[in-house]
Amino acid sequence: MEKIRIRKEEVAHVAHLARLEFSAEEMEKFTAQLNDILLYMDKLGEVDTAGVEPVTHAIVRKNAFREDAVGASLPPEASLANAPEARGGCFQVPKVIE
Amino acid sequence: MELYQLTIHELLDRLRVGETTSVAITASVFGRIDTVEKEVHAYITLMRETALAEAERADERIRKGEIGALTGIPVALKDIFCTKGVRTTCGSRILENFIPPYDATVVEKLRAAGAVFTGKTNMDEFAMGSSTETSFFGVTRNPWDLDRIPGGSSGGSAAAVAADECIASIGSDTGGSIRQPAALCGVVGLKPTYGRVSRFGLIAFASSLDQIGPFTKDVEDCAIMMNVIAGYDPRESTSVPEEVPDYRRFLGREIEGWKVGIPKEYFIAGIDPEVEAAVRRAIRVVEGAGAKCIEVSLPHTGYCLAVYYIVAPAEACSNLARYDGVKYGFRSGEGRDLMEMYKKTRAAGFGAEVKRRIMIGTYALSSGYYDAYYKKASQVRALIKRDFDEAFAKCDVILTPTTPTPAFRVGERTDDPMQMYLSDIFTISTNLAGIPGISVPCGFTAAGLPVGVQFLASHFQEGRLIQFASAYEKQAHIEQRRPTV
Repeated sequence: MEKIRIRKEEVAHVAHLARLEFSAEEMEKFTAQLNDILLYMDKLGEVDTAGVEPVTHAIVRKNAFREDAVGASLPPEASLANAPEARGGCFQVPKVIE
Repeated sequence: MELYQLTIHELLDRLRVGETTSVAITASVFGRIDTVEKEVHAYITLMRETALAEAERADERIRKGEIGALTGIPVALKDIFCTKGVRTTCGSRILENFIPPYDATVVEKLRAAGAVFTGKTNMDEFAMGSSTETSFFGVTRNPWDLDRIPGGSSGGSAAAVAADECIASIGSDTGGSIRQPAALCGVVGLKPTYGRVSRFGLIAFASSLDQIGPFTKDVEDCAIMMNVIAGYDPRESTSVPEEVPDYRRFLGREIEGWKVGIPKEYFIAGIDPEVEAAVRRAIRVVEGAGAKCIEVSLPHTGYCLAVYYIVAPAEACSNLARYDGVKYGFRSGEGRDLMEMYKKTRAAGFGAEVKRRIMIGTYALSSGYYDAYYKKASQVRALIKRDFDEAFAKCDVILTPTTPTPAFRVGERTDDPMQMYLSDIFTISTNLAGIPGISVPCGFTAAGLPVGVQFLASHFQEGRLIQFASAYEKQAHIEQRRPTV
């Protein structure tokens, strides 16, 4: 029997977290593909990483500070120019609260 | 020779003495585009009118004796760089109508150096892919064989240089997206050290791995492009305030006595025999130039792919959270409330590969799995980086194949994500370790497909790579073929 790393219910939960949705057919395909990919990841288990400090950036830099000075910034019209919907200088979205 | 066939340095020589003009060069390149673009499809957006205006301005400056590093040279930009007033799609439906209000730092720098922009090149959606087949805007074809892929994700930028649809181009490389298509299209491609080139205005995929670099027809042009784009940028907090040398100084120098590491883990079963033969010939060429090849070991090579396909999607799922149909880009009209609008926008706006990676990343970062996946991967990443540190204590550069196979056929790997991911097996480790790498043409298969050899160096040693690549290029006498398209 094929090894299971992830089931459909879990894929549906992750899809919700990622703000995605899938058709039933896509769900079948994605679950199988994600399962294959996660099985491949199992090989990391072979590596002894006890006491190894994780690397999240290859070039270590401390926080990059700058003077807290006012600089040039985009005018509001430019910031809103690409908005699917905008009104009164704001981005407009469908209603959030019933 | 047509003008579009020449290199940057050849064209600059002619511009300096008034033998040609930028308008003539630009017209020549667009003439070439008119002939081959319908077959190659290297571009998403062409910038013909602004290019001709920029060329005229470049000619005025040249007449006044003001010639910069790239004055009047037609350069293409991967459609992942923000260009003020010019649509920037990142190969995705979700950004199909996005017009940036600012230029990326590299775009500013190229513009300031006098470059003429030909257009925005095709790419895998959000740079997620190895074949330029995941673009919402159609497939780019390999100029050497139109039935084959150009590599990816910067496939359009590589194909545009190979097909002479620009003189040079810019791409981005997160796991091989410059070097792999450069190898498959027979051009030079350099991924600099992480932090060497500012990522400001580069649409983010995996922020700890993304780096920007040039595609050129030869190593000298690579040095010219690096002189323009490298350097610290206060707007980009991971860019490094390290001095940038004049990379042209490294051209034409000897490599006698250099130690070249050959990692045994990169010559494995599954590598195409013709690719291996071409890379073995490259080893003999550098030995002929007086370099000494020694075997080195990068023992965690076999884990790079697994580490990458946790780290990159984890960073991507967070970077791509911003595409929600609110501030810019596509919005689905179907959602009745905000949550539905988000989901329908993202479901319709992203393609399958992008969704797959968002899902892997979200899963790997989710509660209960973080330690098993993301933390574990980051620890193995530390070991991969240590492997390189130890190897570079014994050698000056490392030599490997760039890819395990030549260009594969369009459609051959689209249904099998794992097979697709394997095409980056020799390039991914570089990004995980943050070191620079260059791919240089090293021959052809019997079927006439280009093969690339990859040279790697330690952090901020791009000059060393250019010196080595330049010496190799001079000695290798690679046949000067051009694609048949």
